[in-house]
Amino acid sequence: MLAYIVRRLLFAIPILIGVNLITFALFFMVNTPDDMARSQLGAKQTTPEMIASWKAEKGYDKPLFYNEKQPGLAKVSETLFVQESLKLFWFDFGQADDGRQISTDILERMGPSLAIALPTFVIGLVTNIAFALLIVLFRGSVLDTATMVVAVAIMSISGLFYIIAGQVLLSKLWHWVPISGYSDGWDAVKFMILPVLIGVFAGLGAGIRWYRSLFLEEMNKDYIRTARAKGLSDIKVLFGHVLQNGLLPILTGVVVVIPTLFMGSLIMESFFGIPGLGSYTIDAINAQDFGIVKAMVFLGSVLYIIGLILTDISYTYFDPRVRLS
Amino acid sequence: MIANCIKKIIIFVFLLSLLGCEANRWNSPYDTEKAQDPILFSSFSSKPKHLDPVVSYNANEWAILSQVVEPPLQYHYLKRPYTLEPLTLSKMPEVRFLDAQGQPLSEEDSHLAVFSEYIFRLKPNILFQPHPAFVKNDQGELSLGNLTETQLASIETMADFDQQSTRALTSEDYTYAIKRMALRQNHSPILGTMQQYIVGLKTFSETMSSKQPSVNELRAANIEGVEVDSELQWRIRIKGVYPQFIYWLSMNFFAPVPWEAELFFQQAGLKTKNISLDTYPVGTGAYQLVENNPNRQMRLVANPNYQHGFYPEDGLSDGADTALLTDAGKPLPFIKEVIYSLEKESVPLWNKFLQGYYDASGVSSDSFDQAISVSSGGSLSLTDEMQQKGIQFLNTIEPTIFYFGFNMADPVVGGYSEKQKKLRQAISIALNFEEYISIFMNGRGMAAQGPVPPGIFGYEADRINRWVYDWQPGRASRKLITEAKAMLAEAGYPDGRKPNGEPLVLYYDTAATGPDSKAQLNWYRKQFNQLGIELVIRATDYNRFQDKMRGAKAQLFSWGWNADYPDPENFLFLLDGEQTILKTSGAGINYANYDNPEFNRLFKQIKTMPNSPRRLTLVRQMIEIVQEDAPWAWGFYPKSLALYHRWYHNVWANPLANNTLKYKRIDAELRNQSQQYWNKPTLWPMILVVGLSFLLLWPLRLAYRKRQEAIIQPRDVD
Amino acid sequence: MAEFILTPLWTDWMIWGLVGAFAYLGFLIQRSQQVRAQWLGIFESKLAMSSAIILLSYLIIALLDSVHFQTLGMSGVMEYKSALDGVFSHLALIQERTYSAPFATTEYTKSLVVNAAGQVQHIKQPLEHIANPAQFSILSQSLLAIGYASLSSGLLILLHLFWRSRVHQSDFIGWTKQVIHGQTRLPWRTAYFTVWVLVSLAVWFWIMSHSVHVLGTDKVGSDVLYESLKSIRTGVLIGVLTTLVMLPLALFLGISAGLFKGWVDDVIQYVYTTLNSIPGVLLIAASVLVMQVILSNHPDWFTRTEERADIRLLFLVLILGLTSWTGLCRLLRAETLKLSAVDYVTAAKAFGINRLTIIRRHILPNVMHIVLIAVVLDFSGLVLAEAVLSYVGVGVDPTMHSWGNMINQARLEMAREPMVWWSLFSAFLFMFVLVLAANLFSDRVQTVLDPRNQSSL
Repeated sequence: MLAYIVRRLLFAIPILIGVNLITFALFFMVNTPDDMARSQLGAKQTTPEMIASWKAEKGYDKPLFYNEKQPGLAKVSETLFVQESLKLFWFDFGQADDGRQISTDILERMGPSLAIALPTFVIGLVTNIAFALLIVLFRGSVLDTATMVVAVAIMSISGLFYIIAGQVLLSKLWHWVPISGYSDGWDAVKFMILPVLIGVFAGLGAGIRWYRSLFLEEMNKDYIRTARAKGLSDIKVLFGHVLQNGLLPILTGVVVVIPTLFMGSLIMESFFGIPGLGSYTIDAINAQDFGIVKAMVFLGSVLYIIGLILTDISYTYFDPRVRLS
Repeated sequence: MIANCIKKIIIFVFLLSLLGCEANRWNSPYDTEKAQDPILFSSFSSKPKHLDPVVSYNANEWAILSQVVEPPLQYHYLKRPYTLEPLTLSKMPEVRFLDAQGQPLSEEDSHLAVFSEYIFRLKPNILFQPHPAFVKNDQGELSLGNLTETQLASIETMADFDQQSTRALTSEDYTYAIKRMALRQNHSPILGTMQQYIVGLKTFSETMSSKQPSVNELRAANIEGVEVDSELQWRIRIKGVYPQFIYWLSMNFFAPVPWEAELFFQQAGLKTKNISLDTYPVGTGAYQLVENNPNRQMRLVANPNYQHGFYPEDGLSDGADTALLTDAGKPLPFIKEVIYSLEKESVPLWNKFLQGYYDASGVSSDSFDQAISVSSGGSLSLTDEMQQKGIQFLNTIEPTIFYFGFNMADPVVGGYSEKQKKLRQAISIALNFEEYISIFMNGRGMAAQGPVPPGIFGYEADRINRWVYDWQPGRASRKLITEAKAMLAEAGYPDGRKPNGEPLVLYYDTAATGPDSKAQLNWYRKQFNQLGIELVIRATDYNRFQDKMRGAKAQLFSWGWNADYPDPENFLFLLDGEQTILKTSGAGINYANYDNPEFNRLFKQIKTMPNSPRRLTLVRQMIEIVQEDAPWAWGFYPKSLALYHRWYHNVWANPLANNTLKYKRIDAELRNQSQQYWNKPTLWPMILVVGLSFLLLWPLRLAYRKRQEAIIQPRDVD
Repeated sequence: MAEFILTPLWTDWMIWGLVGAFAYLGFLIQRSQQVRAQWLGIFESKLAMSSAIILLSYLIIALLDSVHFQTLGMSGVMEYKSALDGVFSHLALIQERTYSAPFATTEYTKSLVVNAAGQVQHIKQPLEHIANPAQFSILSQSLLAIGYASLSSGLLILLHLFWRSRVHQSDFIGWTKQVIHGQTRLPWRTAYFTVWVLVSLAVWFWIMSHSVHVLGTDKVGSDVLYESLKSIRTGVLIGVLTTLVMLPLALFLGISAGLFKGWVDDVIQYVYTTLNSIPGVLLIAASVLVMQVILSNHPDWFTRTEERADIRLLFLVLILGLTSWTGLCRLLRAETLKLSAVDYVTAAKAFGINRLTIIRRHILPNVMHIVLIAVVLDFSGLVLAEAVLSYVGVGVDPTMHSWGNMINQARLEMAREPMVWWSLFSAFLFMFVLVLAANLFSDRVQTVLDPRNQSSL
């Protein structure tokens, strides 16, 4: 087990190097260090000397991948790519271009991101499963068909509509919750209600359909037929067997998502003014702050890989038939 | 049975909780207690990157920084035209003209001057805000300048320092700020400009920047043209005569920086916690910045040591509300705390303002109709809805111009021949900026006649651009499109076609990608289509656009300029031949690459002139030259429109003054009542939803039972 | 006499090429008895039949809008148009000044006007391009529209009935009775009804749009109906063309990984894990920014705004394709791994049969259902993604008509008081119908084609 995890972690290293290569190549095609200097200095008139000194100070005066001026190994090591991406593996994200510490900001913004993403995830999961169970109970009836049509309809509406409608109804017309913003501690709850509600609702269509088919598959298995033949009531069968046995695929299916919850949601956060990692990323793209962009891409990839490993582990843990090799 | 009971209990508890909550505002974005204090609630849309006075140059940064630090001069809050007055000085700086040997010249000989010297006298006993940097131990040494790691471990924000102290403002704090500006590593945006004027600044900058001096080394070094006479007096010597220099002295670049603060913030442990001079400025202003969290909110608190500011007693301009003088002579500031919240989108900002959670707001074009109605006389007034809420408003034309530029170096649209001028003039007529303003700005702007906006010396309301407008009785009216077509034909493009019959295709570069931009771009295409010219839009991201502009590669473009100071020189230099992109290889500001020798000659003259009838004549001549050459299709001067609630007092629009927070006052009681009244939650939808869900439960239960029976029955038969 | 010269854009070539390819593929496939049965199975469902017809009508509009030609306009200027512009030419011309509500006779907001007497007034100006309300009745026009629609769709249906009765070698009357009673294998009754509804709607919109702005006008006075119709092309193209980019990649890499195993498999796995692990929006945003740089460095690639927007759309499609092949690739790899362990494939390998032949004979036919399901499923996701990308600012060109751009603008409009709701409403309606139809259809495709569902059919 341990050896397996270590091997998976080692396998993660080339992936992360690949990720870094892609981000570096893409980013420097768009932003020359000169652009970054100008955007950061932000003055009405920027002189070439100011740009040069800024680049030297931030270390952006080195070549990207290959340094001709250096001897031997330094040709590769004295480059922007190696200098900047090596540090990432120690989670040393350095400074944003405005001088703020990226790791401090990331740690600070993780809270709000989780405050939205985690409840959305948990409540969404519970609601989806609850509705799916209810519908499985009435499978084949009018209710089943009707709910499936509604579910497809929910899926067919762009998330942006839900957000706009939610803000107009709940905040603007009915004064239930603040339109946007965030606050610390328990005060955060009132800011969380609307984004979480919308997040849960928008995911409802796909969620119900997915879990319904999962449960129906379980329902069709032989042991359920036996149980029902014994005269067990539908509810008992559902909760006693179907849900219990269905939990395994549900759990292993969602484990991969959990780490990425930390990254927050780009759209939700920027619509609701939540100071999380999603809006941090969007701001960084707009402000062309490479430090932040590469840190976020790296973080996202690391979390994704952790998710994959967790999935594998959860398989073995819950299902002794699966052996990791 | 039990289930039913539980249901009833749940409903009961739910209704109870609703009643209990009703007194509160569910949708308040703040802590409930805070809303009742006299705190001003404001917003910021992008995070202030730099709050170090020598670096900061953005409007959103100055909105905060100007409340904290105090340059020697400020703009009078109420007076028009914009007038400077002493802020920390006891009187306006004294100016002397010197010859090459440094000997004073009389007033009449000022044109012979080689140097000008400004002498500043400070008001006595001005104190800095309380700050840990000033804390001294028993031996008189600064005690918090060298903290150990364990001491720093408990520090997360500035508020975690329990020891604070202060000291009096001295002239050295001002000269130290200029020395900091000189250091290249500080990236001061005005260093380049100031090097041209302040004597010895260039040499100082070159020698000191490479040395990487410590705080004490920097204190000991001296700039040739900057001298400290005493604790309260210093002087600055500049090259030649440059009357606009005095305007720079009202900018934060010249605000004092206590060297203790720089020493204090140099501690490495603080930097990793985002605590630095760039995030927590130290000053003598009416407020101190106590919380700087650009991810969420900024908080200002009144500076307890502030004693030298009083509300102005005169200077009210004509037509202004006399209530503005109610507080005349009272000590400032009135508001004790200000909270700026991050608000990136205009929609929530506006809605929160209407709900009473922000005290003032601008008006976006989408909320305009809700807020403002335009009377038959064309003047703006509030709609009934706003009046019922007791909202008030202010509007003023800003010292800003948004122009549509032609690249004069371009073979098609550029050039100075009669035909080429005609093409540009025809386009200038076709680009109906009155319509643009009415569609995209809701009339909040004024079509420009020339480069100098109203409120600036040189602007004359009755002098119109006769190439684009005709003078109808009482107002300027744009020439008809038929005239433009005729001009286009004279220019060699009849019906927008080239001599060979092909349509004329022009290229417009823009960085516009926002939701509104599509409509605007279509509008431009429509205007050109009227002439038969096809306009190709080259939309790109902002970086690429800037690149093109700096390479003079754009043919047509839109650009804007915001006054640094209220002087025509600050606008006319945008067309100065010395500033063209081509000559300066991208560093200049004359993006139209306009270079007219006559204009350049006149510009040199007015540059160093104080305002006088002679200067007005010259400026007038210059404006006429550019109106004919038409390097810009003049665009418009925007009008700012601010709404504020009736509990917000002493509001006056002064686009050049930034430190105006201290004059404002708030009636928190009235605000509290209004918020309560406006934000009663509408409950029926909630009751409806809950009720419906319970109603649905019953048929579900029935259906389930029926189903169970239906399933069981066949089995029974078996 | 006006002259028409075809001036196809890049995406026009692609979409018509794709349609041609699919038509050919359909022709090839229908020879196989088993595949025919599967497709018949799909269309046996009434919902699927209606959805397919709706999808088809969207596709027809998109295709009409993908025939671009150049013609001498009335003002003597060369105009670039599409066939759809030709049909709705009256809509493209009528520009109001600013917002007006659906069926309104005046502008939505007041504006300053100098009247004949020289006084400045603040009024709601009357719209320019609408019929005189006194001579125009919605009811009679609607009846007229339904009449026309019934006539034309009736004719179509009759022809089809006639053809089907010939195919089934039954008499016309008897066959018609079967259809009316819903006794045919395919639900033709539903199909005819759907056609009738769609034709009625189209005719109604077309007739009404001559007299009023049926869905109102937007901020610069363009007709919202016209905008929504033009947006169809963008939505459909993104959904369809992306798969064109993604399919070859996913097929080639997925099958190679599964079949050749070893280092090929390792490399392909490495590539898609790496791509997958980068947060999607970030990758797309970065690529789109790169594309903008390339475009602005090559202004000679296009001379007109439409061409520019088109190239940008093309790049967007490429980028979406390059970032979305990983999911399908993974599925195909797993399936191929499974297949290559099956007896007849190992046998084929043992006999030394060419790898390509193995792929063509044994692998491709057996993974086709996965491909098909993925394609239909992705379609609706891509249409929705376009809106989100436009919101983030990395979507299609801002000058291009698209639902994303409409929604983006509508966010500000919804904050107005009184609300300007019709842009959002129109975008919502047109998008919802398309995505709903696609989802319902893909559902059916999945039910029929997924081997796991075979038993329940």
